[in-house]
Amino acid sequence: METRELICINCPLGCSLTVTMENGAVKKVEGNTCKKGEAYGTKEVTNPTRIVTSSVRVTGGTLPVVSVKTASDIPKGKIYDCAKALKTVAVNAPVHIGDVVLKNVCGTGVDMIATKNIPAVSK
Amino acid sequence: MQYDLIIIGGGPAGLAAAVSAKKEGVENILILERDRELGGILNQCIHNGFGLHTFKEELTGPEYAWRFIQQVEELQIPYKLHTMVLDIRDGENGKTVMAMNREDGLMMLTARAVILAMGCRERPRGALNIPGYRPAGIYTAGTAQRLVNMEGYMPGREVVILGSGDIGLIMARRMTLEGAKVKVVAELMPFSGGLQRNIVQCLDDFDIPLKLSHTVIDIQGKERVTGITLAEVDENRKPIPGTEEFYACDTLLLSCGLIPENELSGKIGVELSRITSGPVVNESLETNVPGVFACGNVLHVHDLVDYVSEEAARAGACAAAYIRGEKEKEDTKEIPVFAVDGVRYTVPQTIRPACMEDTLTLRFRVGAVYRDCYVSVYLGDRRIWHKKKRKLAPGEMEQVVLKKSDLTDRESFDKITVKVEEA
Repeated sequence: METRELICINCPLGCSLTVTMENGAVKKVEGNTCKKGEAYGTKEVTNPTRIVTSSVRVTGGTLPVVSVKTASDIPKGKIYDCAKALKTVAVNAPVHIGDVVLKNVCGTGVDMIATKNIPAVSK
Repeated sequence: MQYDLIIIGGGPAGLAAAVSAKKEGVENILILERDRELGGILNQCIHNGFGLHTFKEELTGPEYAWRFIQQVEELQIPYKLHTMVLDIRDGENGKTVMAMNREDGLMMLTARAVILAMGCRERPRGALNIPGYRPAGIYTAGTAQRLVNMEGYMPGREVVILGSGDIGLIMARRMTLEGAKVKVVAELMPFSGGLQRNIVQCLDDFDIPLKLSHTVIDIQGKERVTGITLAEVDENRKPIPGTEEFYACDTLLLSCGLIPENELSGKIGVELSRITSGPVVNESLETNVPGVFACGNVLHVHDLVDYVSEEAARAGACAAAYIRGEKEKEDTKEIPVFAVDGVRYTVPQTIRPACMEDTLTLRFRVGAVYRDCYVSVYLGDRRIWHKKKRKLAPGEMEQVVLKKSDLTDRESFDKITVKVEEA
């Protein structure tokens, strides 16, 4: 039996979780106050994932950058690769919320999507 | 120009207040915003975690703002951008708001009611008494956030962050993802001012050390920051000799507290709380100046935008009721709320039971970290709320919900007290 103490990051409550494991398998999650907490506790000790938020360059927009996020969570170990991949991306204005700025980021099967509208500069 | 309602600030509070007031039947509304777009600080908060309460999903700041901006557009609520409000006055014909922008020049606008939704500002270096030179490379965390996320500039490569408020933690991760090396986050207090989840996902995920009970005692570099010296502090927050540590860096970010921005509020005679630095309000979020309401971070600094939206919607509804002439209950008894025994303040600070809706959410913060204790509310000497809390911390806003029936059905009392009680 092995236990790990975690803080749930699903919401700002930040519940203190205790995850009990045996031979790498999760036996129980305690301290959570909702179902998401249980899922987080299980995932965090087996396959931790994160939503990654960042920004990419925009050409011809009212702002020089647009904010982006992974459409769903990706493995925690891919965060740096993801950030690096975004450095090479530039999109043309206008950009709309939900536009895909990079498909299948770092082979995760997850798209990077815009989270802000950037209108084109009127010439 | 004459309006029913003028809302000062087009951030999360102003937007939610406008939507709510319009839905409550106020026709003639104007939002005044000094930035180039609506949405306020949310536009630079590109991380996720917004909207879990309001929309039951996790959004980034700009996405959350967009949900409200769309509602403002659909309801055809007018707004003016690039517009700075200079003064507000109270008079017989309502409130006069003096504002200016490039298109309209100087404007004298009148309104029957005003909602203050100007938000807050960061505490700057000048307010922190950090010794040392004044080189380039010292930014508040929020300024750095705007530069990186909206203007596309990187403020530096080797970074030390003073203060562990949420913006500081978020920027530690953000600068790291943009290729900077964040060497340490130092916090004067023995606990972090930020949310636990941010310590996990912004510091622990990236192996960024958090040094509690530490502060910056020197800044080196004449033209540009070349390094800073940290020292541990004792229980009186005085640096302990012999604990100094030098960090070479080109950037120092400050995340040392937010202060509600109330220069305008004072001009119309709004009474401010010395603890929140925001207006003193009653259950309707109305200040001591009738017809002037306040909501969001100008009232008290929130951790969650969801609560800002909720509070602002109530301010909008209460302003609508005032405009309809419903709040003329002059002989209504007003009961003060006292924050004692660990509770630093409450919002609202007074309650008129007769003017309450069925329930009222009273928000507060504690002054220190408490474990396994109770939050209690007393009406006079009678306890009506007693809830166990595993942990209370200054960085996390708490709330209690009061029922109108509890305050009106029973015998009279002349004060309400909110306190922390040991188990």
